[in-house]
Amino acid sequence: MLRLARVSLPLAEFTLCLDGAFPGPVTGVVGPSGAGKSSFLELIAGLRRPESGRMELGGEVFFDAASRPQPWIPPSRRRIGYVPQDDTLFPHLSVRRNLTYGIPAEGSSPSDFQRAVDVLELRPLLDRATGRLSGGERRRVAIGRAILSQPRMILCDEPLTGLDRPLKARILAHLEAVKAEFAIPMVYVAHDAEEIRVLADEVVVLERGAIRHHGPSAGWEVASRGGEGGS
Amino acid sequence: MSGAFSSEGLWTVWFTLRVAALATAAMAPFGLLIAWLLAGKRWPGKAVVETLVALPLVMPPVATGLILLKLLGRRGAVGGALERLGFPVVFTWKAVVAAMMVMSFPLLVRSARVAFEEVNPRLEQIARSLGAGEGRVFRSVTLPLAARGIVGGLLLAFARALGEFGATVLVAGNIPGRTSTISLAIYNAVQLGHDGEAWPLLAVSVVISFLAVWIAESILSRRGRLV
Repeated sequence: MLRLARVSLPLAEFTLCLDGAFPGPVTGVVGPSGAGKSSFLELIAGLRRPESGRMELGGEVFFDAASRPQPWIPPSRRRIGYVPQDDTLFPHLSVRRNLTYGIPAEGSSPSDFQRAVDVLELRPLLDRATGRLSGGERRRVAIGRAILSQPRMILCDEPLTGLDRPLKARILAHLEAVKAEFAIPMVYVAHDAEEIRVLADEVVVLERGAIRHHGPSAGWEVASRGGEGGS
Repeated sequence: MSGAFSSEGLWTVWFTLRVAALATAAMAPFGLLIAWLLAGKRWPGKAVVETLVALPLVMPPVATGLILLKLLGRRGAVGGALERLGFPVVFTWKAVVAAMMVMSFPLLVRSARVAFEEVNPRLEQIARSLGAGEGRVFRSVTLPLAARGIVGGLLLAFARALGEFGATVLVAGNIPGRTSTISLAIYNAVQLGHDGEAWPLLAVSVVISFLAVWIAESILSRRGRLV
């Protein structure tokens, strides 16, 4: 389980302050644009170092400002798959080599690869250059790449932004399949309420860097006084 | 074309190509390291290193040559030690290589630095999140994505090395059959009034330099389209 204790990170206009335990399995994060949602994920991934607080996942302490020496687990050793909002497929590698980039040398089997490829319907794309993929295909490859690194948790930052409605529905169905098949805990920054309804077990509402609501996904809109479902 | 060349002329062309290639290859690892460090975050002394790297571009080549001569000469700090180890430098082909390295170093560093700066740091972050340590991130993401700029920089540095004159003449002399490069041989021939010997060397020099710069520019201008 992800546990954050008074974790803070100063941002341009406010300080992101995070506190709580996030049992998941899928934690949906919503909030207005600029609320600090992406920074929340970057903190967990280790791409930003908090100013204070304590952060742990599954009992392993990633960061603890109060301890000396201060523990800090770098991103490469956190085993957290990260699917950012921007396009981050390696442009010089084929789809297959993007997917296999993070597969650990030990503890993975060819069947893991086949399973991820099948769930995300990536087989016809395997030998393509990434430059020849559509927007939806790119998102699926990015999700597959994160899953195949055998992470303890996956972070998704609005993976459906910019896609048209039918494509959103298709990828959302793929994400549901990923959730059912791989059972990897996920923190999912949602673009709209539909994604929360389909995927999330609990919901965090962020506003100007503070958690305004944290609870089960059932009835979250009412519980958080309705309407923070992103854009 | 070989009819227009004396055997000495052919030797000069071959010698120049070899030492320029050697100088480019020898400075590549250090040049790439400096370029990568300059492309990254701030660190103490970065501005001083930036300035030092650019100095050979703006200083008179003869002045750079004099500094090299003082350093690499028999009584110099570096040259004296090398001489005692049985490795004399000045007025040998090694001095030609040293002069070429110093004079073309800024061109490699500048191109490679821009290439490293253009690599999307997000891709490096993602590689780390996928378990790659810093060495693997550099080998598998940074270097391949900066490759065009680096190759372009190497070609520009090679072209600059081919034409090097001022520093070379001071530190390596102008000894036909030993340290005479194309530039030095052209100068020699013109000084002696043997213009006929200078023309073929000039033609070769123009063709090689044109090709090196043309290929480098075409690689560098295509870089933006890939990433």
